[in-house]
Parts: sequence; structure tokens; C-alpha cells
Amino acid sequence: MSSSTWEIITSSLPQILTAAAKYTIPLTLISFVLGLLLALLTAMVRLSLLRGPFQIVRGIFWGYVWIFRSTPLLVQLFIVFFGLPNLGVQFSPWTAAIITFTLNVGAYSSETIRAAILSIPNGQWEAALTLGMTRRQVLFRIILPQAVRVSLPPLSNSFIGLVKDTSLASSITIVEMFTVGQQISAKTYEPLLLYSLVALVYLVICTVLTVLQGYLEKWTSRYVPTQH
Amino acid sequence: MLKLEHVNKIYGERHALNDVNIAFPEHKTTVIVGPSGSGKSTLLRSLNLLERPENGLYHFDDLTLDFSKSIPEKNILSIRRQTGMVFQSFNLFPHLSVLKNVTEAPIHVLKQSTAAATSTAKDLLAQVGLADKADQFPTALSGGQQQRVAIARALAMKPKYLFFDEPTSALDPELEAGVLRVLLKLAQEHNSMIVVTHNMEFARGVADQIIFLEEGEILYSGDPKTFFTEPTERIHEFLSAMNFMVKA
Ligand SMILES: Nc1ncnc2c1ncn2[C@@H]1O[C@H](COP(=O)(O)OP(=O)(O)OP(=O)(O)O)[C@@H](O)[C@H]1O
Ligand SMILES: [Mg+2]
Repeated sequence: MSSSTWEIITSSLPQILTAAAKYTIPLTLISFVLGLLLALLTAMVRLSLLRGPFQIVRGIFWGYVWIFRSTPLLVQLFIVFFGLPNLGVQFSPWTAAIITFTLNVGAYSSETIRAAILSIPNGQWEAALTLGMTRRQVLFRIILPQAVRVSLPPLSNSFIGLVKDTSLASSITIVEMFTVGQQISAKTYEPLLLYSLVALVYLVICTVLTVLQGYLEKWTSRYVPTQH
Repeated sequence: MLKLEHVNKIYGERHALNDVNIAFPEHKTTVIVGPSGSGKSTLLRSLNLLERPENGLYHFDDLTLDFSKSIPEKNILSIRRQTGMVFQSFNLFPHLSVLKNVTEAPIHVLKQSTAAATSTAKDLLAQVGLADKADQFPTALSGGQQQRVAIARALAMKPKYLFFDEPTSALDPELEAGVLRVLLKLAQEHNSMIVVTHNMEFARGVADQIIFLEEGEILYSGDPKTFFTEPTERIHEFLSAMNFMVKA
């Protein structure tokens, strides 16, 4: 490795890491937490026993999932950031990114959570109901704790996917990791080196998450007999 | 006192309960028998409102529910709090320890303190011979042990009535005995119980009242002695089929 290559690495890595700490990581964390809350709400509404005129609420949430799963994330970002100002709704790049990522990850995760809730045997509902619990108590105390275990692998997929998807925020003027790499590469004419560095940082972040997923899976499966 | 009047439950073409009129006396054990598909589970599940019959009246002490009208949620909850159910498939909560399975409802439904609920739960687990399993997860237990935890879980709510839907059908004979012994003891202590079972030997030993269901209709209700010693032709046929199946 030539000394100049090494110099580029040592000078650009701090900038890339700073961008990760300032944008990529917070964007991911905030959007994922908000997205999960939205997903839980969406799953609950879609599984609810709403009747009569309230069924429209279920329809609205169905429509939300349908739209956000059926259009590209990049297009969603552009509509929120560049499109909505035409309707007089203007967001900062940061807000637009959070809103879009939250809605996007919320739509996918709601399906994960809905499926996980449905995968818990009906006997669990019945046993809890016969003990006098309300439906809400059954859901939060008996069903969701078991659904967490089922939904952990697919939710981790969404989380890791979101880490990488935040690179799309570069297209709405956010100077996140990818943009920083792009800028430095334009100055140094070392695209291979710079983009590889950026990729490496993504790889490290996602590896940490993968390890974390492993621990969480182990912990949430502690009551399941080991099976091979 | 628990009583059904003119209760009908219909699934599509199928009359799962056909004009059922029956009272379940307190401090007695009622055993429900009948061929498969005769409506035994439907009857039991209607009593704790897991199923909603189309019409008929349901008296629970002073409370009367009309199945043809909408039933307020608070009445449903009240009845469920006063009745315990033990299922064929145990249905323990797998993510909670044996102890927490038993304390969950007393703490969160009856709002007992954790200390009080834990102490009661430990007594109950000891009664069903599982004092040493309190901290295990249910999956570490045999079927017979799981069913005894399920019984302790139901008892912890101090229900007025206990329902059992074929509590030993999923168990091997050697595990069945332990569960039947617990049931027998509960019956001898004059709990109010309703038991669905295919075990005629047990039915005969435990029943104060016996009900024979066929195609959703009660063909016999009353004294178990008469049921077993002077059966009608149809009951005789049923009993010999059960014996035949036991021997085969
Ligand atoms: N959810 C349902 N949908 C449609 N039909 C049902 C449903 N539940 C029960 N039935 C029908 O109602 C009738 C009574 O069923 P039930 O489960 O009460 O019988 P059972 O006496 O408990 O039988 P088993 O001894 O096999 O448990 C049966 O014909 C059954 O097929
Ligand atoms: Mg049945």
C-alpha cells in the first residue's frame, strides 16, 4: 500500500465515521423506533375487530401498507421532499428523511408483526381470556411477548435493510456517509478506495447488528427447548 | 348456580347445541359424555363465552344473559373471572415460568399483590405435586405436569366453577393417572366442576350428575348410577362402544 493511499484512508475515515455518527446511525435508529411503533399500531388496527363505520380505519391502514410497499423508497423520498412543497408542505431534508424512512419501514414491519401475532396459537388467546383478561391484556401480556420472538429475524432484516437504505438520503441533500465518500472520491480520484471504505463501515455497522440479533434471539428463545 | 335454558348453537347446517336446558348445581361434579362431535366442547365453551350461542338464556347466579341480544363486555369478563377452564391441550403460556403462569391472572386481573399471588401459587403447585417446578418453563415439563400446572393456574383465580374439556385426552395412561387424581381430589373437596371426558371409569367414579349429549341434544341428565346400570338402548350402545374402544 503506497503512503498516499494510507494518507487518504487516515484522512477520510474520520470524515466518513463522523457522517455515520451524525446521519446514518441516528437516521436509522430514530426511523426504526418510530417505524416499529407505527408498525405495531398498524398491525393492531388491521387485526382489530372494528365494526361498522370504524372499518374505514382498517381500510386506511391497509392502504398505507399497500402504497408504501408497492412504490420505491427513492420515489417516496422525492415525493416527500421535492413533491410536497407544491402542496405548500415543506420539510427540512432531515425531517423528510425521517418521515419517509419511518413510513417505509413501518409498512414492512407491520406485516411482520401482524404475521407474528397470527402465528401464536389460538389456544393462547383462549387460555388467557378464560382467566378473565381483557383482549388488550391478552395482546400485550401473552401474545406480543411471544410474537417478539417470532418476528425478531424478519425485523432484524428490516433494520439492517434500513441502515443501508439511509444512503438514499444523499439524494435529498443529506451529507451522510455515502455523500462524504462521493465528495472525497471526486477530490482524490480514488473511487475504488473511497467506496470500499464506505462499504466497510456499513459492513461493520451491520455486523454489530447481526451479532446483537443473535443475542436477542437467544434471549427471547430461552423458553423454547433447543431443537436442531 | 349455573343454568342454561333453550340454548341453541348453530354452525352452518349443524345444530351443535339443540334446545339445551340444564342446570349445573354448585359444589357438585357434572360429567358430560357423548360421541365425538356431539357438542360437548361447544356446551362447555358456551358457558365461559368462548362460543356465542345464537339464542337461549344463561343464568349465572343473579346474572341472566340473553344470547340473542348483545352481551356487555363487563358481564363476559365477570363470568370468565368466576369460571376456570382447563383445556385438552394445556395451553400454558410458554414464555412465563410455571410460577408466573399461575400468578399472571391473580396479579393482573384480580390485582393481587405479587407477594400474595406468589404465596398462593406456591401452595397450589405443591397441591398438584409440582412445588419443585415453579421456576421452570412449561416446555421442560411432561404433558401430565403441564396439565397439573394448568389446573393450578385455573384454581388461582378461585373460580366458582371449574370446567375441564377432556383434560387427559392428550396424555399417556401413566401420566393420565396423576391428573385424574388431582381432579378426583377437587371433586371430593366439593368444588363446582363440569368435566367432559371419554374415560367412563373416571366419569362413573367422580360424577354427581351425568349428561349424555348426542347431536347437540341432551338425551340424558341426572343420576350417574342409573346411567351406568340401567342405560337406555342408545346409551348402552354408546357405553359398549367406549368399552370396545378401550379394549381394542
Ligand atoms: N368452529 C366451528 N365451525 C364449524 N363447526 C364447528 C365448529 N366447532 C364445532 N363445530 C361442529 O359442531 C359440532 C360439535 O362440536 P364439538 O367440538 O362441540 O363436539 P365434541 O362433542 O366436543 O367432540 P369431541 O369429542 O370430538 O371433542 C361438531 O359437528 C363440529 O363439527
Ligand atoms: Mg370436544
